Amino acid sequence: MNLTIVLQQLVNGISLGSLYGLVAIGYTMVYGVIRLINFAHGDVMMVGMYFAFVGVAMLFLPWWAAFLLSMIATAFVGVIIDRVAYKPLRNASRISALITAIGVSFFLENLFLVVFGGVPKAFPVPSVFGGAINIHGVIFPNIAIITPIVAMVFLAMLLFILHKTKYGMAMRALSLDMETVRIMGVNVDMVISIVFAIGSFLAALGGIFWAMRYPAINPLIGIMPGLKAFAAAVLGGIGSVAGAAIGGFIIGVSEILVVALFPALAGYKDAFAFLFLIFVLLFKPTGIMGEDLERGRF
Amino acid sequence: MKRLFSFLVAVVVALSVMASGAMAKEVKVGVVWPMTGLVAAFGQSAWRGAKLAQSMEPTAKDGAKIHLILLDNKGMKVETANAVSKLITEDHVKAIIGAITSSNTLAGAPIAERYKIPMLTSSATNPLVTKGKKYVSRVCFIDPFQGSVAAKYVWNNLHAKTAAVMIEKDQDYSVGLAHAFMKAFKKLGGKIVSVSFFQSTDQDYSAQISTIKSKNPDIIYMPSYYQEIALFCRQARQYGLKQTIMAGDGAEADALIKIGGKAVNGVTFTTHYDPHAAATPLSKKFLKLFKAKYHEDPDAMAALAADAYFVLVNAINKAGGAKATPKKINYYIRHTKNFKGVTGVITIDPKTGNAIKSAVIRKVENGKFVYVTTVNP
Repeated sequence: MNLTIVLQQLVNGISLGSLYGLVAIGYTMVYGVIRLINFAHGDVMMVGMYFAFVGVAMLFLPWWAAFLLSMIATAFVGVIIDRVAYKPLRNASRISALITAIGVSFFLENLFLVVFGGVPKAFPVPSVFGGAINIHGVIFPNIAIITPIVAMVFLAMLLFILHKTKYGMAMRALSLDMETVRIMGVNVDMVISIVFAIGSFLAALGGIFWAMRYPAINPLIGIMPGLKAFAAAVLGGIGSVAGAAIGGFIIGVSEILVVALFPALAGYKDAFAFLFLIFVLLFKPTGIMGEDLERGRF
Repeated sequence: MKRLFSFLVAVVVALSVMASGAMAKEVKVGVVWPMTGLVAAFGQSAWRGAKLAQSMEPTAKDGAKIHLILLDNKGMKVETANAVSKLITEDHVKAIIGAITSSNTLAGAPIAERYKIPMLTSSATNPLVTKGKKYVSRVCFIDPFQGSVAAKYVWNNLHAKTAAVMIEKDQDYSVGLAHAFMKAFKKLGGKIVSVSFFQSTDQDYSAQISTIKSKNPDIIYMPSYYQEIALFCRQARQYGLKQTIMAGDGAEADALIKIGGKAVNGVTFTTHYDPHAAATPLSKKFLKLFKAKYHEDPDAMAALAADAYFVLVNAINKAGGAKATPKKINYYIRHTKNFKGVTGVITIDPKTGNAIKSAVIRKVENGKFVYVTTVNP
């Protein structure tokens, strides 16, 4: 195991980890405000990928326009899902909302299956992301370096919004006590919609970078990363944005390193990520950055 | 008066039901293919081939319509088993064509075997699919042959003395074909310098690529499917891996080139069919009609699917058309001899259910599939 390989894999792992982190943030924020595990979130990532695909490959927009528009459009999709599927069940039992989330997941997968077909589509990678740089003989794909940087930038913007703006304060307050916030005159539904919008926006960003790294997209591509991002959110402490990012990194890096250090166990790499999660939860049930679940704090 | 009227109505209805039963002479055939999922490109291509074949020969010799009932197995084993069960127990089909991949065919085969309904696969190449079974057959060659063709080609034509192998752990096709290749390659005197594993759902191959790079083989053998090979090639080229990649018939789909782009140029693979190797009158006719309808050449999946259809109808004709029993149809499938099909002359060994066929080698050159050579058994 020489240094070159370890370094390459570390960069890969951090890159993969930031993708999981971006998607995990959506899970954790939605859970924080309405105590719902949005199982459709992995599929929202898929929606973002397909919107970007349509933008570049079918509408021939310049890549930055297509990507930005797709993230905004996916944010809208997230808000629509909330308004149509989750809002009517705001006061229902949590099981009902959970089942609805699974239903939305199936709906999105099959809708895109019907519209785009089951054969994987080639995601068009803009040339700036496609190359690789060579540092002293160690090769790093551009995308593996750009991804964590972009993810950090957006994470920083999100933390700024959460801690330095009024809506951010409302989101944090909502995760503590929804009724009191409502009494305070805050438009709770609007704040929840913004949470979904932000989560979906970031999921689309994660999806686009995922599609540039592994350019074969199909309607079922969101399932496994969605599950892993959920595991990452729980690992980092569900309800905590920083925790989601940290959880994402841990899962991403461990997944890549397992295959790099123990090639014979490559088939078990998914199991390893989830085993790790179980192990941490045994000793710290609220996750790494987690607070008591009912006090839930970003 | 009312009772007489209702009695007459009942008689008319009964007569028309009997008449329609006798008139609607048809033979129901179930088709289980992956129209969505991991290998959707194969199922969709196969269905095109089968539909064209059906339009070329829509009825048996006695006029019975061949009714194809298609079920999507989504590329999954459980769905295949369910589909085969449903077709046999609810739709009462007399034969089943399917599946595409060896893993899925293996999942459906025991059910067809139990109900004694003939199952004919167009493309599953793992030997286990027909081993020990009397009702499962195929119109394609099997992997021990395909593996040795690949080994001989890389040894003789590519002058490779060492090879690295990539095995898709959860696909029987990949595991079987890899072992067949390794056995044949070692027999020729070659050395396998590394064996790496991955799963169908994996998208990141950087760890495997690092391992392969450190061993510096002459070629890489990756008996996998088009999506995995395309992704692997992209990443391999990015990391500076320059070796030729040799694959099996699972590589052949347009999606390989669409997803792989420039990275898959040079990928060479063994397969069942090439339009330039077309030999029989039926294959010339099929090629002409396929090009006219779809404006492109048929690939192996479409050609093999058509052959499965033609071989089946040939057996149905010999077994008596609409009156044929599944058992008789199976007998005539197994005794197919010198049938001039789309992919060549097909003879099925009655003892094993396997077809003895030639292999074709193709490669990707400048974004297109080109013919390299034919290898006879």
